[in-house]
Amino acid sequence: MALIWGLGLLGYISLSSALVFTFPRSVIAFVFFEASLFWVYYAPLSFKMKCFFGALVLVVLLPVLGSVNGYYLEIAIQVGIFVALALGLNIVVGFAGLLNLGFVAFYAIGAYLWAIFGSPQANEFLPGAYFPLSPSWFFVFLLLSVFVGALAGVLLGLPVLRLRGDYLAIVTLGFAEVVRALVNNLDKPINLTNGPRGITPIQRPPLFFQPLLKLFGLETDPATLYPLYFYFLVVVLVLLIVTATRRLEDSPIGRAWKAIREDEVAAATMGIPVVRMKLFAFAVGASFAAAVGVLFSAKQIFINPESFTFMESIGVLAMVILGGMGSIPGAILGATAVTVLNLQLLKGLSLWLNSLRQSGLILHLPLLGSIDLSQIPAQFEPAKYERMVFGLILILMMILRPQGMLPPRREGD
Amino acid sequence: MDGIVLGFMYALIALGYTMVYGVLEFINFAHSEIFIIGAFVGVEVFLLLEASGSLAALNPVFIVVALLLAGMVASGLAAMGLERVAYRPLRGAPRLVPLISAIGASFFLQDFIRLTESIWRNTFYLTYPSLDLLERSVHLGAAVDVPVKSLLVILTALLMLLALYLFVNCTRVGTAIRAVAQDPDTASLMGIHVNKIIALTFFVGGAMGGAAGVLFGLNYSLINPYAGFIPGLKAFTAAVLGGIGNIPGAVLGGMVLGLMEAFAASYLSILTGGAFGAEYKDVFAFLVLILILVFRPKGLLGEKVREEGV
Repeated sequence: MALIWGLGLLGYISLSSALVFTFPRSVIAFVFFEASLFWVYYAPLSFKMKCFFGALVLVVLLPVLGSVNGYYLEIAIQVGIFVALALGLNIVVGFAGLLNLGFVAFYAIGAYLWAIFGSPQANEFLPGAYFPLSPSWFFVFLLLSVFVGALAGVLLGLPVLRLRGDYLAIVTLGFAEVVRALVNNLDKPINLTNGPRGITPIQRPPLFFQPLLKLFGLETDPATLYPLYFYFLVVVLVLLIVTATRRLEDSPIGRAWKAIREDEVAAATMGIPVVRMKLFAFAVGASFAAAVGVLFSAKQIFINPESFTFMESIGVLAMVILGGMGSIPGAILGATAVTVLNLQLLKGLSLWLNSLRQSGLILHLPLLGSIDLSQIPAQFEPAKYERMVFGLILILMMILRPQGMLPPRREGD
Repeated sequence: MDGIVLGFMYALIALGYTMVYGVLEFINFAHSEIFIIGAFVGVEVFLLLEASGSLAALNPVFIVVALLLAGMVASGLAAMGLERVAYRPLRGAPRLVPLISAIGASFFLQDFIRLTESIWRNTFYLTYPSLDLLERSVHLGAAVDVPVKSLLVILTALLMLLALYLFVNCTRVGTAIRAVAQDPDTASLMGIHVNKIIALTFFVGGAMGGAAGVLFGLNYSLINPYAGFIPGLKAFTAAVLGGIGNIPGAVLGGMVLGLMEAFAASYLSILTGGAFGAEYKDVFAFLVLILILVFRPKGLLGEKVREEGV
């Protein structure tokens, strides 16, 4: 049985990667390829085999395909960033049941942390000219952001965690708006964030392995190296977060979170320190988001407040809900699905509609009469209506399948 | 003056939040879009009147009333439709479920308005035509000039608040609404059709929001599908401030928030020596929300809210 599955998977993976290789512009081929990870996860194989296949796809094939079409690597990085964010929010919303509508605030805090000190920006308000810090500080800040994020989570959590359900949601939303407004306006009296103009250039992480590559006789230029480098950084970060989340989920802390989610009063009666556990959930989620933020700002080189709107918070929430609240594979699947939908399918659909419009074909439908395709209004571009798509997803999921695509397995069910 | 106008505007929108919260105990997150639908229907009627050339012939008072009515009916119906499609199937689900559905509805409606307006007018930024009457101002006593626009907002809001008060407190249907708010199960045992009453509550709350939308459009001229979000959020703040589920509380909260915001906009830079200017008024409003909820989680005029798990 395992052999058949293994061979089948191998066949699927090689077929789909061959498809991507031959049609480097095809969105469908790439989705087909991405689905292979899903099959790897669900195949009834031993853990070692799954690791092997997962590594084959993530470490070998995707970078190779990414070198055929750099866009795929970019998408993979974006997916990774959102997967990490969704996993962080999953802890707060999914495990502890605290609806946080301002998750993006912690992401922004992390991003600005590195942006300010990894660019000449910090010279504006600190004496001397020590900034930008050298690239090797990136890793220090990655670690630092975990603590800063946790601190921000606790600071927000302390006053508001006494609130229940929907009140908490609105207060976190207000908090995110406050953070965004601060970032947007703190270019005076002292120039902390450079306001709406944003910060650039931000240092990228150090290419510490370049001498090693030279040793093997590989001459590389940074332009091709950086995307690959960021890709591997994201993969490592996601793996770390997944491991941490799984460990937490199976620990007494994770069980306490779930108990609080199911019934706060009962949990308190059983001796669970409710407020401390909620604070901890906030802090852990926030620290993941802040770490991802550092990575994001280093990848983008340029950040401004536009990247941290309410829309982002809702996007991440949609990912968690779509995948299934409280489920780690669910959060990963949701983040992948929404990002791919956003970056590839909607854009692809827009391009397709544009080409239809230009072709000027006249479509003859039975019943509806004929439709002149060049008459499709120019404003109708699916890529611009991502909110509509997200909105529909949220409503339909809540009505039809509130537990999400991959709901968590519950003990005792 | 700005503060009072803003306050009444927030009060009208806050009523929609608070009434729905009163009967269903959930935040109708899409109410900000119901509000902006009112503004859009108002501008459409206005533009149609302008296009038909009858704008000059008609009495400006009649035009304003027509716009208000159109906006109210449209928003009320939209709110009812929303309840039917996105909320009724979720009744009895855990509390986060309808809230998330409402957020989805809010996003859907924003882009839906944008899409329809884009197809219909090829742009989704619309401007209210100007009415001569509204651009004037009235002399009140010595050296006090009150713009007609502000008077319009205050008068309409007062009239609608009075009507709502009478409706809720002095009619049979109003009694039914209060009964459902107190206890839907018992109300249904007493022969009240709960679903109809809930739909009606959505209609009335939506209509208030729609009127606020038209007033918003008349006051600020330029509207777009995303313009409802921030006023909606602040109106919700106002509702919470006054004690959610409580109708006089919503009005009080709206007034307090409007006055404070106008105060912050004009005096914040003076108070802080020019360090923080009017751009911090939103920060100020949300900080007030957070502080109020921390120290008085039930709001200024808060009622005891039933505790029913999260």
